[in-house]
Amino acid sequence: MVPISYYLILSAILFGLGVLAFVFKRNIITIFMSIELMLNAVNLAFVAFSRMLGQLDGQVFVFFVIVVAAAEAAVGLAIIIQIARNRQTLNVERVNTLKL
Amino acid sequence: MSVELILFFACAILAVAGGVMLIFLREPIHSALSLILVMISLAVLYLLLGAEFIAAIQIIVYAGAIMVLFVFVIMLLNAGEEERTNFSRIAKFAGVPLGIFLTLELAWVIHGAIGKMLAAPSGAVSTRELSLLLFQTYVFPFEATSILILIAILGAVVLAKRDF
Repeated sequence: MVPISYYLILSAILFGLGVLAFVFKRNIITIFMSIELMLNAVNLAFVAFSRMLGQLDGQVFVFFVIVVAAAEAAVGLAIIIQIARNRQTLNVERVNTLKL
Repeated sequence: MSVELILFFACAILAVAGGVMLIFLREPIHSALSLILVMISLAVLYLLLGAEFIAAIQIIVYAGAIMVLFVFVIMLLNAGEEERTNFSRIAKFAGVPLGIFLTLELAWVIHGAIGKMLAAPSGAVSTRELSLLLFQTYVFPFEATSILILIAILGAVVLAKRDF
């Protein structure tokens, strides 16, 4: 048997990597992907806790998180397409004015 | 070492390697592929935890649908190699140590709080019980997420229209 704390520590490491990627990447699509990485880390923690407590509620929450991530990806990528179309760049440092 | 522990460590190393590659590779398409690696190894971990349904939708929805959307947008926008710009020194000299500190602190707190507690000796977790929970106890949030999905579809269509 694998101790549950191993899963939670792996989840913490993945979340930290997601935070680092969010801070360091300059491409707007990659920044968006690092948000997905953080959501995945949280999902792992949910499933591990659900296994530890012997309750299924955590898995239901993972289901909801995945649905929200799908909605977020659809809307966010549409926004990214608009940004790329209007400014001809994907670098967030060049997207620094609200109005063109 | 049992088989489960070996499988856990193999998948954990793959997942962390995928996360590190997400940071260090400069082409967005390579970052997307390493994120898919993370998601697939997480699906194996869900199987180890006895969550078959979550493992299946992790692969179908996350690695299948969401990441295909990402790859599609990367190819549509012809996203090339990331430009190196002069980012602030504070990010380099304070950001990395603070990020590592956050991770270590989280790991330490978790380890202190839970220790080496093993999984609860629950019976086989079936998808049937999960669906009963989903459609009885959590039926209102379930319907609310369906409205959320509808709004997201409408928003994506409106935002991606050519003449905005």
